[in-house]
Amino acid sequence: MNPAGSIVLFTTASGAGYGLLFWLGLLRPLGLVPGQGLVALALALLLITIGLLSSTLHLGNPRRAWRAISQWRSSWLSREGVAAILTYIPALLLGLALWVDAPVLALAAGLLAAAGAVATVYCTGMIYASLKPIRQWHHPLVVPGYLALSAFSGAVLLAMLAAFAGGGAVPALLACLTGAGALLLKRAYWQAIDTAPPLATIESATTLGFIGKTRPLEPPHTEQNYLLREMGFCIARKHAAKLRLIAQGAGFALPVLLALLALLLGGLPAALALSLGAVLALGGLLIERWLMFAEATHTVMLYYRG
Amino acid sequence: MTCLPQPMPGAKKLGLVIDLDTCVGCQACATNCKEWNASGQSGPLPDLHPYSAGAEGVWFNRVHSYEAGEGAAGRTVHFPRSCLHCETPACVTVCPTGASYKRAEDGIVLVDHAICIGCGLCAWACPYGAREMDEDAGVMKKCTLCVDRIYNETIPEAQRQPACVLACPTKARHFGDLGDPESPVSQLVRERGGQALMPELGYQPVNSYLPPRNRSSLAAQPEAAAPEAIGNPLLRWMDRVLSR
Ligand code: SF4
Ligand code: SF4
Repeated sequence: MNPAGSIVLFTTASGAGYGLLFWLGLLRPLGLVPGQGLVALALALLLITIGLLSSTLHLGNPRRAWRAISQWRSSWLSREGVAAILTYIPALLLGLALWVDAPVLALAAGLLAAAGAVATVYCTGMIYASLKPIRQWHHPLVVPGYLALSAFSGAVLLAMLAAFAGGGAVPALLACLTGAGALLLKRAYWQAIDTAPPLATIESATTLGFIGKTRPLEPPHTEQNYLLREMGFCIARKHAAKLRLIAQGAGFALPVLLALLALLLGGLPAALALSLGAVLALGGLLIERWLMFAEATHTVMLYYRG
Repeated sequence: MTCLPQPMPGAKKLGLVIDLDTCVGCQACATNCKEWNASGQSGPLPDLHPYSAGAEGVWFNRVHSYEAGEGAAGRTVHFPRSCLHCETPACVTVCPTGASYKRAEDGIVLVDHAICIGCGLCAWACPYGAREMDEDAGVMKKCTLCVDRIYNETIPEAQRQPACVLACPTKARHFGDLGDPESPVSQLVRERGGQALMPELGYQPVNSYLPPRNRSSLAAQPEAAAPEAIGNPLLRWMDRVLSR
């Protein structure tokens, strides 16, 4: 599948934003995050909004984007839109509660915002997991992957902000745990998609298997088309293997180590280590998201390539 | 509404039956489809760089050619691919706007171009590559089963058929109600053992493909020239002399 830049950016940025919102909503009312938390909330909403805006860039008719919230009964994309918009309400209320220092409201709004963040990321994952023709997406580990990566990137960002506010071992610890968990999950996912059998074959796609092995002879058109551009993108295995290594090292392992280091160091060195960790984690996630598309194959290509 | 209509017993299921035995891969169906739909309800259908290198455009019907089997038992099969108007089409249910819908009255799957936001999710959800984006208008387009022909009372009744069916010179394409077991298309599917494409994905395509007939028994064998098999005495003598 073609890794459209706007979607790669959207799922990375808003994933991190929702992760940050989730941890902030849970931890801030419990007093486990130093400082007021307004900076973290602002960063979360900024990332979410940048992501959502960038996702509308890939629409053919961005001015009609509002129509996308109407079909929540059947469409995960629509549900994602509804969840994303609804989550702004408790998030902004949380901001108000933090501003005027109203702990009860902060607790309620924080919990609701955290629930909204989970719901939105869950819907994002389901958009992909519900697409049967793409076996790498129609997989039980896809939704947990989206949730874990969002929790991890959010925790790293919160740990960084908390370190600058002077303290906050809990977010750094969470960053270590979620990072390790996300890495294991991602490795299990990669192993699963590498060994899974294809969904369908050129024989079942053409019904010609009863004659024998089938291969494409003449293509229906000699030039490009939308299908080949959108669904025909594929990446060489050796490049994918390298990118997987980079994503694991830079995106997961190094940020986890830096978070550990920060736990030991404390103070300004911790803040700097976690800043570097956050940059690496987000960069690694961009690669991981890009790979998520580049490694995905669509059944329509059976007709073109066999 | 992108929820699917309740399946009613005896409901109409309009669709195509495509005969892979007689299709000669002439591209007439694809060409006539493009011609009709460029000006009908789906028009205009974009063509990018039509007069230079990299010409491409939106087509609702694409004719592939395949080789199946090996050697003398192998076949070249021409294979038109278009929307199958599936009974459980995820292309409809994934649509966030309600632009994609399946009609309750005849099962045709359509896109309302006035609502579509061009997110492309439906094209991802279709296993068969039946949807192509009109990048000029920013909306998704697809086969309408010529809904603007088949019910069109301003054209002669005999022509109220999809453009591809009318154009086919070998009558390899048949249009009708596959929900009625006694309709000519349903009988054809029964007699010839019509097949669904990629049934394992569970979309339940309405369109059906008739398999190429088995020709191995008709395959021409080079005649064996065993001398004792030559009936004519003169030819038998010549064979003996020339074989020395
Ligand atoms: S062939 Fe594709 S576009 Fe047509 S109804 Fe089935 S899933 Fe939808
Ligand atoms: S491209 Fe249009 S028809 Fe397809 S899912 Fe998006 S809004 Fe619906």
